[in-house]
Amino acid sequence: MAHVAAATPAAARWTGRIAFTRGLRRLGTVALVLAALWGFWEGYKWLWQTTGWTWPFLVDDTTMPHIHDILDTFGQPATTGGPALIHPLLDAAWFTAKEALAGFALGAVIGFALAVLLVHSRLLERGLLPYIVASQTVPILAVAPMVVVGLGSKGVEGWKAVAILAAYLTFFPVAINALRGLQSADPRAFELMESYASSRWSILWRLRVPASLPYLFTALKISATASVIGAIIGETPASIQEGLGGAIVNFNQYYSLQPTFLWATNIVCAVLGLLLFGLVALTERLVLRRAPEHFA
Amino acid sequence: MTAAENARVVSIQGLTKSFRTGVTALQDIDLDIAPGEFVSLIGPSGCGKSTLLRIIGDLIRPSSGTVLVNGKPAHRARLDHDYGIVFQDAVLYDWRTVTRNVSLPLELLGWDRARRKQRVQEMLELVELTGFESSRPWQLSGGMQQRVSIARALSFDPALLLMDEPFGALDEMTRERMNMELLRIWEKAGSTIVFVTHSIPEAVFLSTRVVVMSARPGRIAETINVDLPQPRGAATREEPRFFELVTAVREALAGGHGEKRSAAAEELY
Repeated sequence: MAHVAAATPAAARWTGRIAFTRGLRRLGTVALVLAALWGFWEGYKWLWQTTGWTWPFLVDDTTMPHIHDILDTFGQPATTGGPALIHPLLDAAWFTAKEALAGFALGAVIGFALAVLLVHSRLLERGLLPYIVASQTVPILAVAPMVVVGLGSKGVEGWKAVAILAAYLTFFPVAINALRGLQSADPRAFELMESYASSRWSILWRLRVPASLPYLFTALKISATASVIGAIIGETPASIQEGLGGAIVNFNQYYSLQPTFLWATNIVCAVLGLLLFGLVALTERLVLRRAPEHFA
Repeated sequence: MTAAENARVVSIQGLTKSFRTGVTALQDIDLDIAPGEFVSLIGPSGCGKSTLLRIIGDLIRPSSGTVLVNGKPAHRARLDHDYGIVFQDAVLYDWRTVTRNVSLPLELLGWDRARRKQRVQEMLELVELTGFESSRPWQLSGGMQQRVSIARALSFDPALLLMDEPFGALDEMTRERMNMELLRIWEKAGSTIVFVTHSIPEAVFLSTRVVVMSARPGRIAETINVDLPQPRGAATREEPRFFELVTAVREALAGGHGEKRSAAAEELY
């Protein structure tokens, strides 16, 4: 018995080591991919510049600045005597993240509520779904100024109006996927619930919603990144300066002089989107308890 | 209503079911099932045996005729949780553990946590799955999943157990073992079972009565009492009487007495 007791902590240490190695390997893969991208960018730039090729576009330090120059920009002041670029960019990122998160949450709640409503009424599904789809064909660039100006005249702060625009982009994938997910359980599982004479409410919470979660999380991953895009796009026509959208418009104007500023801003936008995506993926891992085939 | 009718778990009279497509699935079905009986419904594909099972469970409404379960209309019986059902697939919720799958109907019935826990433990002992309380359905074999499904169906102690080809998806060896298991559970739980199957030996081995159905439209062709002694075991399958009854069921399926075998019966054997 003593032998067995001694083996247990050793086994725990062993599984710990496996997890550690696995994590390390994953990190290595990420580093490798980043290095490959770096190599591709710099290699492309070098090849086009030495050969003088101009197709499909002219390659120079303005169109494709060196990666190390872009990274270097984070440490340089954006305005003479001002703080390093990274500080205003992080402020802008926080501002946009606030809009995106609020929009994401709002859109997810509205999308899910719509799906629950539609799944219980064939009539509503037939009547409302075309308009829900149509809502997504209206360009957000056209809607943005109307929403921001319209809500602004009612005294709503700019960032809240932008959050509503982000919600406008995020509710759609959630509604469509959740609707599908709420209908995804085996017909026999519905018969089983019927055999217990369960209420619609019971069927919703004990069967439809748990069955919909893999679909829902897929939608939330799409929406997480879409909400960042929605926030950035919402800021631009509304002339909101404090966020990443404002920074993009601003640095766009100085592109020929300081191309690295815009590229640095793009990197921050991408990281923000990745962070939100990662947050959803992490939640999925913690929440979802399904058979392995349900994990994407 | 007479005392005899009251004593019946299932009482069906003049039952007909036609679908909107014009197909008559069931015609003139009369069937009475007494408490403690194990009745198998057997017949070719399309004879309506699964439809009949669902009508008893009030999952499908009949076109005409009366269906009483425990002396009440089938609808009332469903609302009163008078039966448990087992499908061909175990239909376990993969986001729930074995314990929480078995306790699903108990949750819906509003049992408190302590009572649920105790009952689940009893049920898992009954189906011999203790030690798998916190397993997930996909971690179990097909036979084990079906045992969880049986535990779930019996957890609230219904008078009637409806089983729709419960072992149809299992391999032959698992199936025979599950047959023995089911007889043991039936004896211990003391419930009445209506069992839909495709397999003649399975029907004969398990049942006290085999109801043979014919197709298009579905009717009861013959009812065969299975007088094999209880309790049954592996030796039962080797008794001459077992083979006689298997032959009797097969001939009833063929629609005659051995002279012609219909295509439907060929398909079955």
